[in-house]
Formats: sequence, structure tokens, C-alpha cells
Amino acid sequence: MNNYQPVVSIQSVSKVFNQGRDNSIKALDNINLDIQPGEFVSLLGPSGCGKSTLLRLIGDLTPPSNGSIRIKDKPAHQARLDRDYGMVFQQATLYDWRSVIKNVQLPLEVMNYPQDKRDVRAQEMLKLVQLEEFGKHYPWQLSGGMQQRVAIARALSFEPSILLMDEPFGALDEMTRERMQLEVLRIWSQTKTTVIFVTHSIPEAVFLSSRVVVMSVRPGRITGVIEIDLPRPRDVETREHPHFFEKITEVREMLRKGETA
Amino acid sequence: MATTPIDSELIAPPSQRIPGWLRKTLVFFAILSALCLLWEGYKAIGATTGDKIPFTNTPLPVRSDDSSMPHIASIVGALFLPAQRGNDTTVISILIQSALFTWREAIVGFLIGSVIGFALGVIFSRWLFLERGLMPYVVASQTVPLLAIAPMIVIWGSRLGWDTWIAVTIISAYLTFFPVTINTLRGLRSPDPTSVELMRSYASSEWQLLWKLRVPAALPYIFTALKISATASVIGAVIGELPSGIADGLGRVLLTYSYYYVSGPEKLYAAIIMAALLGITFTSIIIVIERIALAPQRRIND
Repeated sequence: MNNYQPVVSIQSVSKVFNQGRDNSIKALDNINLDIQPGEFVSLLGPSGCGKSTLLRLIGDLTPPSNGSIRIKDKPAHQARLDRDYGMVFQQATLYDWRSVIKNVQLPLEVMNYPQDKRDVRAQEMLKLVQLEEFGKHYPWQLSGGMQQRVAIARALSFEPSILLMDEPFGALDEMTRERMQLEVLRIWSQTKTTVIFVTHSIPEAVFLSSRVVVMSVRPGRITGVIEIDLPRPRDVETREHPHFFEKITEVREMLRKGETA
Repeated sequence: MATTPIDSELIAPPSQRIPGWLRKTLVFFAILSALCLLWEGYKAIGATTGDKIPFTNTPLPVRSDDSSMPHIASIVGALFLPAQRGNDTTVISILIQSALFTWREAIVGFLIGSVIGFALGVIFSRWLFLERGLMPYVVASQTVPLLAIAPMIVIWGSRLGWDTWIAVTIISAYLTFFPVTINTLRGLRSPDPTSVELMRSYASSEWQLLWKLRVPAALPYIFTALKISATASVIGAVIGELPSGIADGLGRVLLTYSYYYVSGPEKLYAAIIMAALLGITFTSIIIVIERIALAPQRRIND
């Protein structure tokens, strides 16, 4: 496959909420972004910069007001129907009447996988997130970090080509959060999935990403894109690497530039 | 005596020392005894003061003599009296038989009402204009006195050639469906937007969204309604029996004993207790089913 063929191609996209009414809000303005297969891209910016909205546009959970979003050279809507997206939200959004394994199987049920394949896939996914002992537990019996790992297992169970993560670790404490970052990098390197990751944490974006897309507010725009050339695999030592801090500074300065522009 | 914090930690709270079922049974009997004591105490006070509130000239709200408020012992005793002169059948066996008969009508009415109530909830949640258009009539149906409607249903049923008990189940269903509709609707709308978006991201069908998210999310709400409906279905069946001339149910027994209230009120009280027991039993069965269905998920919310 041609490596220069982007998996996500966003062209001149804007989004206006309540269009044509008094309370209309321009959430995104003239967004252009290409994402290559297997990339880990973070969307970073202050609250209200439209980063979550952009993610929802990519995932066809809300339509753009203008412009085009193509996934693997087809419209985003078709990509959703083709089950190209795995979604992970800030809240784990596990269904509390389902056991852990049944939660992981939910997308497989919706997609009519046969029962035996569902069982095998779900067990593999729980192993991937290191929760194979917890299949029969219910969500309330798990910690927040474990619930989020189940959510990741669920999102990956049907092997989507793109993993969309909307501040997935925003509700976790700092220690759990750093552990989950390592976890998600390990999973990413094992599955080769393209990840689009929304966050408002600068170190998180730098630590995880191959590219950080810096956004600014009112209206949401892309201020710039920063390549993160830190070596992989990244681990706890990466966080102490001088280059890590240089990149954090670079991102921070670009965020500030977006504020004053 | 001072208690160190460690000591108090070692002493388990009472709830952990006595097993739950035993505690509940004890509480049940304690409350029952308290109620009996209140009843008999009221009678005793009324007897000494001549039905006046002590130290005043104000009459008590209810007369306390044996023909208004029989002794608990006579009510219980009445259960074992013969139902009629020259007949060995005791009151209690008549009451149990008629309660079971009424219950059968109530169960069928409850099932019909629940299914209709659930279906209406699903339809209303899916098509807002139907909710807007039909809900006022659904509400109106519940404000019309059942006593006015019951005879009509019986008469229509007999014109259609139904057995009379079918009309009674319809009346019972009529009283059952409303709480189920309201709570189903509320429950189906309870999932947060993210849960719905999750299903959308899988490109799920409307049908899958309904059965894999909305209905399971609505179950705790629906069970709350079913508990209300279980008692309502018994009331519906008892009231439905009155105009339909059914002789085998609690409705007729209650009516008969009320005729003899002045000469022997114990039997009516006994029948009322039996009707209450029927409602309690029915509701308890629903609670057991609810526990089995929702307990592992910790979703019992009342």
C-alpha cells in the first residue's frame, strides 16, 4: 500500500453550531489535516478549541458545516458504516448490566460476529489490556483505570482501522494516567492502528504522539503541527529526556502563539 | 468507660452481626406487633374515656367499640369460623380460594397491561409526535374513575361473548399499564448521549440500539413500575369483579362481608387483610425477580 495515501484527509472543514440562528457559534474554521496510516496524532488545545468536535466530525458523530472529511478515500459516513472507527470517550461508558467480557463483545454482537469468534476475540482483547482475569466482573467492581482499559479493549475488538480517543485519561489520577499512557503505546505498537487522541495535557500529547496538532480558540483553528521525533519505544525514561522537555516547550510556545494571534 | 478507636473498629456494626434475613424478619414482626399494640391501645383508651381524647371533651375520630374496631384476636378468630351456618367451610379457606381466583385474573391483567404499557413506552420514545398526541388520552384514561368504566367493559365483553373473567382482566390491565408506560419511557431515555454515540459508532441499527442499550438501561425503571402495577392489578381485579357478578373472587367476598359489617365486622377486616396479603405477595414476587435480574449489576435503585 502506498504510504503517502492518508488514512484521514480533512479539507477546508468548518463547523458552525446553531447555524443561521442568533446563538450560532463557529466551532471550527478551515481545518486542513492529513493523517497517515499507523500514525499517533494528538489534537491539543485549550477548552473550546473544537478538538473534540473535530474528533466527532472525523468519527461521523456530527456532520461538518463545510469541507470534506475522507477516510481511506471514502466519506466519513461510509467509513462509520464500514466500522472503521473504534471510539474511546473520557468516561469508560461501559454498560453496567454487562460483565466485562460482555462489554468487550458488544460491538461484535452489533456486527453479528458468530458467538465462538466473539468469545475468542474478547478474550484476546482482555489479554491485550491485561485484564484476562476480570472477564466475569461487572464494571462497578473495577477501578477507573481498569474500566478505561476495558473501553480500549472494546474499541479494538473489531479491529477498526482508526482509534478515536476523546480525552480518554482525563478522569484518571496522575499515576494511573501515566501508566495508561504506557499501556496505550504498547497496544498501539502491537496493533498498528492509527490513533487520533484528543487531550489538553501538553506532556501527554508529546509523550504519546508522532505528531501534535496544536489548536486555538474562537474559532477553532490549527495553529501548527509539531513532529515529535522522540525515539520509540518510549518509556518512563522518555519523560526525563532533555528532548522531551524541548518538545514540551515548543508545543507550549505554539499554544501561546495561538492565543495571541 | 472510654473506648479506644481500635476497639470500636473491632466491634462490627449491628448490621453485620445479625444476618440480613433475620434482621428483616425481626423488623417485620416488631412493626406488626407495634401496629397491633397501637390498635389495642386505642381501643383501651377509648373504653376508659368513653371515646374521648384523654383529658379533653373532643371525641376520638373512630369509635373504639368492638363493632367498629374488633379485637385483633377476634379478627384472627373470625378466619376459622364457618363461613355460613351449617357449613364446615371456614372463612379462611373461602378467603384463600377467592384470593387465588382473583389473583389469577390479576396476573393475566398484569401481564397484558405490562406488555401494552411497555409497548406504548417504546412507541412513544421512538416517535415523539405520538407521545405528544396520545399522552393526554393516556393520562385522561387514568383520571376517569374505574368504577365508571368497569361496568362498561363488562357489558361490552358480554356482548362480544367473552367469559366474564376476561372483562375483569381487561379492567385489571387498564389499571396496570399506565405506570409501566411512564417508567418505560423515562428509562428508555435514561442512557447518556455518550452511550448512544458508542452504539452509533458501531453503525448499529435502531433495533439494536433499542435492545442492547435502551431496554436494558430502562429495566430498573420498569421494575419500579411493575411493583406499582402488581398492586394496581389486584385492585383492578377486585373492582372489576363487582359489576361482573363473579361470585368466586375477593370482590364478591368483600361486598358480602360489608353487608354484615354491623353485625360482625371481623370478617370484613379479615377479608381486607387477605386482599392486602395478596398485594404484598404479588409485589414480593416481583421484587424477587427484580433482585435476580438486577442484583449482580448493582442496579436496584429503591
